[in-house]
Formats: sequence, structure tokens, C-alpha cells
Amino acid sequence: MKLNERSVAHYATCDSPPDKTGFLFKKGERNTAYHRRWLILKGNMLFYFEERESREPIGVIVLEGCTVELCESAEEFAFAIKFDCAKARVYKMAAENQAAMESWVKALSRASFDYMRLVVRELERQLEEIQEGAGGLQGRPKSSRKAGGVARSKSGASFSASHVPSTQVTGAALAQGSAHAHNLQEEVQLLSGATKENGVAWSKPSALVNGCSEGPHSGVPVSPGTGCFSKLHDWYGKEVAELRVEWLQKNSSLSLFNLCLMIFLPNLSLTVI
Amino acid sequence: MRFNEKELISLSRQPSERAAELGMRGPKKGDVVKKRLVKLVVNFLFYFRTDEEEPQGALLLEQCRVEREDSQAFSITFLDEAERKYLFECDSQEQCQEWIDSIIKASYEFMRKNLIFYRTEIHRLTGKDPLEQYGIEDETRFQVTSGLQLMPKDI
Repeated sequence: MKLNERSVAHYATCDSPPDKTGFLFKKGERNTAYHRRWLILKGNMLFYFEERESREPIGVIVLEGCTVELCESAEEFAFAIKFDCAKARVYKMAAENQAAMESWVKALSRASFDYMRLVVRELERQLEEIQEGAGGLQGRPKSSRKAGGVARSKSGASFSASHVPSTQVTGAALAQGSAHAHNLQEEVQLLSGATKENGVAWSKPSALVNGCSEGPHSGVPVSPGTGCFSKLHDWYGKEVAELRVEWLQKNSSLSLFNLCLMIFLPNLSLTVI
Repeated sequence: MRFNEKELISLSRQPSERAAELGMRGPKKGDVVKKRLVKLVVNFLFYFRTDEEEPQGALLLEQCRVEREDSQAFSITFLDEAERKYLFECDSQEQCQEWIDSIIKASYEFMRKNLIFYRTEIHRLTGKDPLEQYGIEDETRFQVTSGLQLMPKDI
């Protein structure tokens, strides 16, 4: 099976921050002795290098679906990465001390994309609950749980159908120079095609999502994935766009999210992030 | 570079976020569009020849750019090889957009940013760190960086 190996190897050493790095002893594949390797954990990929200074990894272990277990071994502080599939290889590793072993086991067992997705969904749900509570809503239908990670609207509305910018960038290319949380909204707007200022006609959705008919205080699910700005624009027409331009001109560091909160939850005291 | 192929093949059989038969063209000169079953599973895009059990290949969707190419086509380019484009032809504008949206959200990096966003907001609104309940509040990957990117050699 082919893999975009060059790009995968590039991912190992590129700018994006690793989740964990360190030396571990890794049991060899052919030569079954333990070899000291430099390891870089990024997301659900565990890269191993011959040396810390090596420019390219010897290999990568895709961690999705794995379990990590402590194992009995002549080697001290040993643990194993195991997979559920038939004839799967068991990757045996050993750390240099107890603390390192525990730290690696913890990090590796939570490295899966699925785990991240679960946590993100849970936090998204929590945030929605908090916002609904703060908005003082009664009987507003909960926004439906969206499948597939970050929330997407599955109503008749298609926010980005006809006005998607010609390029949309994932990962670090977008994040270069803007790893700050308060730039997240700007990044996300870029992703959902919402950075276009006045003069861009948004395609009106054929059906608006939950609670719109109740008016301005129907709650704003402001998770990045729902394309917050475009929803607001549909609901409140040009007003928001104009307000935003005005606001941004006054406070260049104030994110759109804060603007939304200001408009819809006036009782919240805002601090600039 | 070695990789755990068996496990990756097994991953390709897991429930997918999105799967469809699309026209796919590889990045090399002379590559032509061929019908492939394209399947999005976590941050991998697998592609199968029609009726084959094992994928012909996989693309890790980190550090890539997804672009609209046409009314019904999109491309994936990897940042380290910007000239090499993988092209995908869809059946409709809508399908094309759905694929683009899904692929953008399929990266670990994208999810990490969302998580940091939610964490920060919840903390701001409630004064509580929502990650504490999971015991993962100290993990490097969930920290709001103060502008300093951690480079591997710095750790």
C-alpha cells in the first residue's frame, strides 16, 4: 500500500509543535535487541529517529486504534504498543525510569484522533450548555449533535456553497505566526470562508437552524465549525458586518467572538483575550 | 521510511467519516483520472481500486492544503511538495464542497485548535478548566502557546 511518505516524514520535523519527545529503547524489528531511539509524538503518529539530530525518521507507528500496556520484560520500565488487527506487530519499548515510562504510556494511550474528537465534542457540548444558560433560554431546541468531529450545520443552510475562497489551508500553514488562541477565530473564519467583508453576497440558506424564529436571543452556537459569522450574517443581515468593521477598526485585537457575545449576551463582562 | 502497514490497512476498514467513488488523479506528470473508492478515516484519506479489499494507497492529511479546482473538483497539495497535486473529481458541486469541508476538519491540528478554543472559552466563562476532569490539563498539546512554538530540539 502506498503512503505519502515524504510528506509524512516532513510532518515529523516541521514547525507544528510535537506532543511529546524523548529517548526510548525500542525493540528492533529484525534485530530483536533494544535500540535507543529518539521519538517524536505528533497527534496519532509516533516517529522514531536514529539520533536526536537525524533529519529523517527511520519509521513511524500510526497509533490509531492501539492500546498501550505495561509488559513483563527482562527490560525494566517496559511497555508495549498493541493493535487489534490480525497478525499485528507488538511494539515493545522501554523507558529510562519509572516517571518517563508513565509519562509515555499516558501520552501514547491518549494519542488517537478518536480520543481527541471525543474530548472536542464534549467541550463543544459544554460550551453550548453554558451559552444557553447565559442567554436565559427556555425551551429552545438543542442544536443537533453533529457527526464527524466539529459541528457542522446539517439543516438546509449551506453556508459556504457558493462563496468559498479558492484556497483553504489546514494545519500549520494557516497557523504560521498565529498560534495564539485569540487568533483562532480569525483562522476559523478563514477556514469557513467568512472573512470576506462587505460587498460579498452570502447565499441565503433555505432553512435557518434552530431557534432563529425566536429572534436575537435564540443562542449562538459559536463553535468554530459552525461558521459562526456566516450564521449571524444570515440572521441579522448587513448590520453585523457593518458593526464588525466598525468594531475591528476600533479594536483590532478584538475577536469576532467577543463581538458576538457583546451583542447577544450583554450581561457578560468582556475582556479582550 | 517504515510504517505499520498492516495496522493502516486495518484502519482503512473502520467506519469512515465520508466515502464515495470519485475520479482521482495522482500528482505525477502523465497521471490520468481513474475511478477510485475514496474513504476518509480519521486523518487519513484511503483510496481503493474498485472492488478491491485493500487500499491502493493512503494520504495522511496533516500539513496539506485543500483547494477548489473547478465547480466539481478539489485538489490536495502537501505543503512540502506544493507542485504535486492530487486531484479529485466529484459528481456535484455540493458533494465537492462536502468533501472539502470534511478534509479540512480531518486534521489533528485542526482539532487541537478547536479544543484549545473551547477550553479557553469555557474557562473564561466559568473560571473552571474543563480539561481537569480528564486529568489532561497539563498536556503540552492542549496548552495555549504564548507565541513560542516548541521545536523538537528545544525539548
